[in-house]
Amino acid sequence: MATNVLMPALSPTMEHGKLTKWLKKEGDKVKSGDILAEIETDKATMEVEAVDEGTLAKILVPDGADNVAVNTPIAVIAGTGEDATMEPGPSAPPADGRKNASTEGGSPQSDAKTAADSPLAPEAASGEPAQPSAPEIPAKTAMATMTVREALRDAMAEEMRRDDSVFVIGEEVAEYQGAYKITQGLLQEFGERRVVDTPITEHGFAGLGIGAAMGGLRPIVEFMTFNFAMQAMDQIVNSAAKTLYMSGGQMGCPIVFRGPNGAAARVAAQHSQDYAAWYSHIPGLKVVAPYTAADAKGLLKSAIRDPNPVIFLENEILYGHSFEVPQIDDFLVPIGKARIAREGRDVTIVSFSIGMVYALKAAAELEQAGIDAEVIDLRTIRPMDSALIVESVKKTGRCVTVEEGWPQSGVGAEICARLMEQAFDYLDAPVIRIAGKDVPMPYAANLEKLALPNVEEVVAAAKAVCYR
Amino acid sequence: MAAASSSVRAEAAPRKAQNAPEAIASFTTEEELAAYRQMLLIRRFEEKAGQMYGMGLIGGFCHLYIGQEAVVVGMMMAAREGDQTITGYRDHGHMLARGMDPKGVMAELTGRRGGLSKGKGGSMHMFSKASQFYGGHGIVGAQVPLGTGLAFADRYRNNGNVSFTYFGDGAANQGQVYESFNMAELWKLPVVYVIENNRYAMGTSVTRSSALTDFSKRGQSFNIPGEQIDGMDVRAVKAAALHAAEWCRAGNGPIILEMQTYRYRGHSMSDPAKYRSKEEVQKMREEHDPIEQVRARLLAGKQASEEDLKAIDAEIRAIVAQAADFASHDLEPDPAELWTDVYK
Ligand SMILES: Cc1ncc(C[n+]2csc(CCOP(=O)(O)OP(=O)(O)O)c2C)c(N)n1
Ligand SMILES: [Mg+2]
Repeated sequence: MATNVLMPALSPTMEHGKLTKWLKKEGDKVKSGDILAEIETDKATMEVEAVDEGTLAKILVPDGADNVAVNTPIAVIAGTGEDATMEPGPSAPPADGRKNASTEGGSPQSDAKTAADSPLAPEAASGEPAQPSAPEIPAKTAMATMTVREALRDAMAEEMRRDDSVFVIGEEVAEYQGAYKITQGLLQEFGERRVVDTPITEHGFAGLGIGAAMGGLRPIVEFMTFNFAMQAMDQIVNSAAKTLYMSGGQMGCPIVFRGPNGAAARVAAQHSQDYAAWYSHIPGLKVVAPYTAADAKGLLKSAIRDPNPVIFLENEILYGHSFEVPQIDDFLVPIGKARIAREGRDVTIVSFSIGMVYALKAAAELEQAGIDAEVIDLRTIRPMDSALIVESVKKTGRCVTVEEGWPQSGVGAEICARLMEQAFDYLDAPVIRIAGKDVPMPYAANLEKLALPNVEEVVAAAKAVCYR
Repeated sequence: MAAASSSVRAEAAPRKAQNAPEAIASFTTEEELAAYRQMLLIRRFEEKAGQMYGMGLIGGFCHLYIGQEAVVVGMMMAAREGDQTITGYRDHGHMLARGMDPKGVMAELTGRRGGLSKGKGGSMHMFSKASQFYGGHGIVGAQVPLGTGLAFADRYRNNGNVSFTYFGDGAANQGQVYESFNMAELWKLPVVYVIENNRYAMGTSVTRSSALTDFSKRGQSFNIPGEQIDGMDVRAVKAAALHAAEWCRAGNGPIILEMQTYRYRGHSMSDPAKYRSKEEVQKMREEHDPIEQVRARLLAGKQASEEDLKAIDAEIRAIVAQAADFASHDLEPDPAELWTDVYK
């Protein structure tokens, strides 16, 4: 039987890749385990292995093809003794990659009340308005399109060029170029004195970084993901956040802890957690969680210059998303200022980081329903820009918050409390929180989808607060 | 629990010799065949998992055990019913060697309701109370205090069981490992610390991360004895495992076994493996493959014929094919499962 070789998914969040080069040609005999081709993802070059024995009958996607979706047939293998010139095999390509994986081979997908919109596959930059209220960008500024990943790297490189006391330390940041390729090229430019690979000792290297900051350096501590920083929380909270206070203002701790935060895709409970609310509880810490590449760049530069410990929460799924970034020398975004991502009159939707994807899509859907939503991107969780939210709610009288973290004591809960205190008389409806479900993150694809917020929930909440 | 005097301990410390011939117990034909079958099951299962990952049937992270089969198979040959097993995220082999159903393991990888964690744990977080398998942990090093706690419970109940606590060369640099070592020796807990030194923690080689690369000595400041073992030779592993288990059961406290092994595949499926050469991997496969070693011995000693081994091969392939088939067709968990198991 002829079988299709499909574009493989080689990382939890891979959706597309480039077929760099075929290592076998049509007519070649192959056996299971042979390397057929090389593919390139946004992170790495990888190899496609043959699964079955046979002859490479037909190459369907040529060398150099870019943006090949996961699960697209890229070649046909004819079984031994078969006509090697035959048509592509019967397995039709699932239309949208791994999201269909569970229906492959006829496996019945259980009847989940799944959202039509996968929160995991937002279109890069689609529908993202050019920041209507970002005072830090003057009108007519030249823009360049870049990914959040590139913006973060540029921010670090610029600050390292500017200040020799800035260095990066963490697991796999140097030779491996970053587990998520955020530190790509830094070792080559700055050398191993300033780009430092550590053993797997989160508690240890967080403490070491804090000591170095107390000693006058400006460390950028990369956590491979924030899930692993729980081991370092004692150092972050008890040493970094409190020392200034306990020393009567003598000992500063200018340090940035950064890395991906929140759910990626299918990595389950221990690797899918949003720490925005956790760290925002701690006096002495600043907590930043950007959505766009411009904010990622401008805020990271500000964080590195900040004299306080800053928790800088990135998002793995957003790393590959592209946005317009102003081409300004030394582009800084101030910590503590939210941004109106979309102006509107009827309801205020407040979110941050990847939550903005749901918020903006919901706003677009609400527009169809005749509801004009204002969307606020918090950007900084602590100190929180309550003034902007209050101002907006005074105008709309209604509010919905959106986050992937859990509801109890979450960022949305905090916003509710502040609105009660500062805008009670302006509210025309109780605020609704859209949050991750109150369960550990399940692994199964359908349950994971249910556990995360989705666009429908945001739309329904916005309609509910508008009594529509 | 009284501490043994250090002179007694020094005498009692086990041999250190690496590959010492007397360390290699000769296997009976039955043992050779059992080891062959078990290792082959893990190898074929993992190859299949790799393929299913590429097809998108398995999501998230998936860490294959290919190359390291002799470690867990040899260790399990010394384990008794009731002994506990705990490890990190590279856990599929441990479950198969513990006798857990390949269907349940594979269905967990695909996130289906028939999986060992009902599809809610995934590759890195699987458990089986029935098999005394305590996971499956995604946080590097976290299993070490947990495994030490299992041994504490054994000691408390005096049940003669041993906790086999596995972790990697990378995990060996976690602080909590040493806090555990201290308590384990202090309280003479029956725990075998199995350090699977496969030379790399993701892209970082042992020499780039560890000040002392002889992991068998990592217990020295706590007076815990240790041995370096050829983890590619299942007989050497089994002999060391038996000795270590006896040491623990006799009330001597913990012991460290450094298994010198190698992983052939990338750290996880998304590892381009740029930190080592293809030749290095090839050399290991050709000269030290744990399965080939048994195969060669069986044939050379005329304990089995090519046909016998082919038959085993076919049998294993069928088991793996059934597991893969089950795991691709089983239903996803019921949506109601989202809310279950949060509190007891
Ligand atoms: C606390 C923590 N830090 C980092 C990681 C990311 N990570 C996963 S596996 C790994 C390497 C571990 O290597 P090793 O202990 O040698 O085990 P091996 O993968 O070789 O089996 C790292 C850094 C993690 N899961 N947990
Ligand atoms: Mg290792």
